[in-house]
Amino acid sequence: MKRREFLKVTALGTAAAALASPVQACPGELRGTGDLAIIIERASGSVVIVDTTAHEILHRVEGLGDLSHASAVYSRDERYAFIFGRDGGLTKLDLLEGVIAKRILQAGNAIGGAISDDGKLVAVSNYKPGGVRVFDTATLEPVADIPALYDKDKRSKTVGLVDAPGQHFIFTLYDAGEIWIADFSSGSDPKITRHKGIGDLPYDALITGDGRHYIAGLFGEDGMTHIDLWADAPAPRRILSGYGRGEKKLPVYKMPHLEGWAQAGGHFLLPAVGRHELLVMDAGTFKEAGRIPVHGQPIFAVARPDGRQAWVNFAHPLNDTIQIVDVPSLKIIHEFKPGPAALHMEFSPRGHEVWLSVRDSNQVHVYDTSTFKKLAVLPAQSPSGIFMTARAHRIGL
Amino acid sequence: MQYHSIIWLLLSSLMGICLVTVTSALALDETRERKLTHLVRQDCGSCHGMTLKGGLGGPLLPGNLNGFESEGIASIILDGVPGKPMPPWQGELSKEEALWIADNLKKGFPQ
Repeated sequence: MKRREFLKVTALGTAAAALASPVQACPGELRGTGDLAIIIERASGSVVIVDTTAHEILHRVEGLGDLSHASAVYSRDERYAFIFGRDGGLTKLDLLEGVIAKRILQAGNAIGGAISDDGKLVAVSNYKPGGVRVFDTATLEPVADIPALYDKDKRSKTVGLVDAPGQHFIFTLYDAGEIWIADFSSGSDPKITRHKGIGDLPYDALITGDGRHYIAGLFGEDGMTHIDLWADAPAPRRILSGYGRGEKKLPVYKMPHLEGWAQAGGHFLLPAVGRHELLVMDAGTFKEAGRIPVHGQPIFAVARPDGRQAWVNFAHPLNDTIQIVDVPSLKIIHEFKPGPAALHMEFSPRGHEVWLSVRDSNQVHVYDTSTFKKLAVLPAQSPSGIFMTARAHRIGL
Repeated sequence: MQYHSIIWLLLSSLMGICLVTVTSALALDETRERKLTHLVRQDCGSCHGMTLKGGLGGPLLPGNLNGFESEGIASIILDGVPGKPMPPWQGELSKEEALWIADNLKKGFPQ
């Protein structure tokens, strides 16, 4: 090897070693995790850990399995992310070291999870076998298995799993049309409350940031189901029934997400299923208070943390566009096209920036939410979900 | 033009037509195939999983589709399943494209 070539190879080796080093720039250097985030790279089974202050990728971690539709929750100290993969993988990721602390395959097919308010239990929502499994966050050892049984021996896929105050987990049975509340306050054998007949094909659910309202979206009916968890005897009731009755629904190429529902200014803004509309719902009466025509079928309508704006993205084939709603006036004040498959938006904890995955450009964009200026572009492979560590301290995320 | 060269011309153009027909049934042009592969993996994948092992929608691996003809699968793709979340893709996809997807799902879908 000639000297020049040798130098080149050595330089490359050093660069690769620098990329592979843990999050700490120098050994022993201290840092917090409050401004870190992870970005799911759905096609390659990897995640990147980013510093959201410096707009820098700190580390890429591979070997997390099938991450299509993956999501994550955080430990109370914001050091560990628990990542839920499609293939039933549950991965505990150490953000400081940039390594997988532990990984298990807990089911055959899964769809997200939740962490208890005390940070001790992590629950996973499974399609196969249908039900919820709960693990110790320290060890990922199993704590409880809750099969979603109905009609004697059938097992339902579960969706809309969230944490609720008092070491509760709440989830919805897609095939059975039921909502179950699992209470872990007295140990590892949960007390389960079943609410039946909540509606046809509930596809997702959310809990409001105050932990009071659990709302499930129904695919099989025009309407949603609401449980007021603060009621003396919480019971499901239909809301927004027939919001599209008599109108022809458009084909739904992607199910809307309910997490991140914009609750702002006394209103909820929520994606209508199969319509180019956001529904405006009165947050006190749960009655429809209006509609906002938008660019396509909305997927996410996410409120900036102060509630002043809601950012909306759309289903295939109109998923290259973002619209921003001014909440006080309920008017669209800005629209832009970041690129094909703008899939996921995550606000910084106090909302000065939004991070946006543009899957088919293999990029993550960072925007200033007051000027709408693009501040940074980071490379990522087929990026989807973005999860900031501040989620550790919010109910239902 | 001599008689046998006319026959030859006819034969070769027929063969040409045959070749074109066969190709369009089995393979679309390469750019479109790449787009369809991307669509199936990414957009169908949001319900059926990127590895097509299933999610809210059922699994679409060869073993799951043994009992189905490609034509039947293609019509589900085009018409959707009423009352279920599977949407009709006609308008987005042609019949040939739906058949191409169905054939390839049965064979084991390309990455």
